[in-house]
Amino acid sequence: MISLRDLTVSYGDTIAVDGLTLDLAPGKIYGLLGRNGSGKTSLLSVLAAYRKASGGTVAIGGVDPFENAALMRDTVFIRDSLDVSEQDRICRVLELAGRLRPCWDAGYADRLVDVFELHRRKRVSALSRGQRSSLGVILGLAARAPLTILDEAYLGMDAAARKAFYRELLADYLAHPRTIILSTHLIEEVADLLEQVIVIDHGRLVVHEDTDTFRARGVAVTGPAGAVEAFVAGRTVLSQQSLGGVREATLYGALDDADAARARAAGLTLAPVGVQDLFIHLTSGADDGTRRTEALR
Amino acid sequence: MFDDRSPIYVQIANGIKDDVLSGTLKEDEQIMSTNQYAAFYQINPATAAKGFAQLVDEGVLYKKRGIGMFVSPDARARLRSQRRDRFFVDVVEPMLAEARMVGVDVEEIVAHIQGGPR
Repeated sequence: MISLRDLTVSYGDTIAVDGLTLDLAPGKIYGLLGRNGSGKTSLLSVLAAYRKASGGTVAIGGVDPFENAALMRDTVFIRDSLDVSEQDRICRVLELAGRLRPCWDAGYADRLVDVFELHRRKRVSALSRGQRSSLGVILGLAARAPLTILDEAYLGMDAAARKAFYRELLADYLAHPRTIILSTHLIEEVADLLEQVIVIDHGRLVVHEDTDTFRARGVAVTGPAGAVEAFVAGRTVLSQQSLGGVREATLYGALDDADAARARAAGLTLAPVGVQDLFIHLTSGADDGTRRTEALR
Repeated sequence: MFDDRSPIYVQIANGIKDDVLSGTLKEDEQIMSTNQYAAFYQINPATAAKGFAQLVDEGVLYKKRGIGMFVSPDARARLRSQRRDRFFVDVVEPMLAEARMVGVDVEEIVAHIQGGPR
């Protein structure tokens, strides 16, 4: 179990993570969603013990991960910078990882090099952005670490490489279940792989729940403006738009069968809101300048 | 696969129900594991497991410990009777509503079904 209590991370006057409390059960795939600057990387850096919390506590299996060598062997954190020597060739990078990682699967790493069509003799400094990301994914997956953290690991990958990444991630997770935390902006692409989603905004927790539950919260109601207005009264409206006499309102909050039947009887159409759209609605500014998430607290 | 407002686990459960109804899945036949479903549909295995759990609750599937999930002996009959009960509400009523809206009367519909002049 990963437990964060009132976690705060600040850089001088800037507060990146602001009193965040979160419990993550082991063995699941989590999606960490947040806009740029929302505190995702700071949060993950503390989890991976790359930096110390400014306030609050972090515990992995009841133990503070900071400067804990045993926990760090079991944690892999793949981030933008890759944290490998730029002069090394890929084969050397993988060999080093194999020495450091107790669960490293060299055969699997080798197979992934072929999946991502990398050349073993190429130096890290000569890789394209997408190839660097592929190397990061290989380092992240082949480590088979009980806590695997991939921070926007897909950057620069083309659609085919991303698809390979998702397929390999799921296949390896099925064969070797472990805790995987993915931070991503490409939400719709991975939503089906995520058991739970964690949405943070301005360093604070907005949502943490099963992806299915989260998905069911968003519903778009379309119909004659008057009927839509009557139906949405008293509900949380994330956004509205009109086209002539027709209005579409995006609601936050699952509708039960009776609500849905009432809406249809009033001539309204109900449609799902994708996880990505729901996320955008929750974390974008409202017309009056406040965040919509504030209305949900 | 179905009403896209329904969660994926419900869609998985509905897909299995359809396979049982159509006879693609036979009674007492073992179904694929949650991991096989997850890999095939590229979804989290917990989602597939949730769909299976719903079908166990509804008596469509039964579990053999350590072996897997199987289709219940009476699953097909049970599903048929459930779907028959819903048939008029789910299929006929929406059709009649549409017919009223576009001015098709019941006689025309009956004639069409019986293969008469249109």
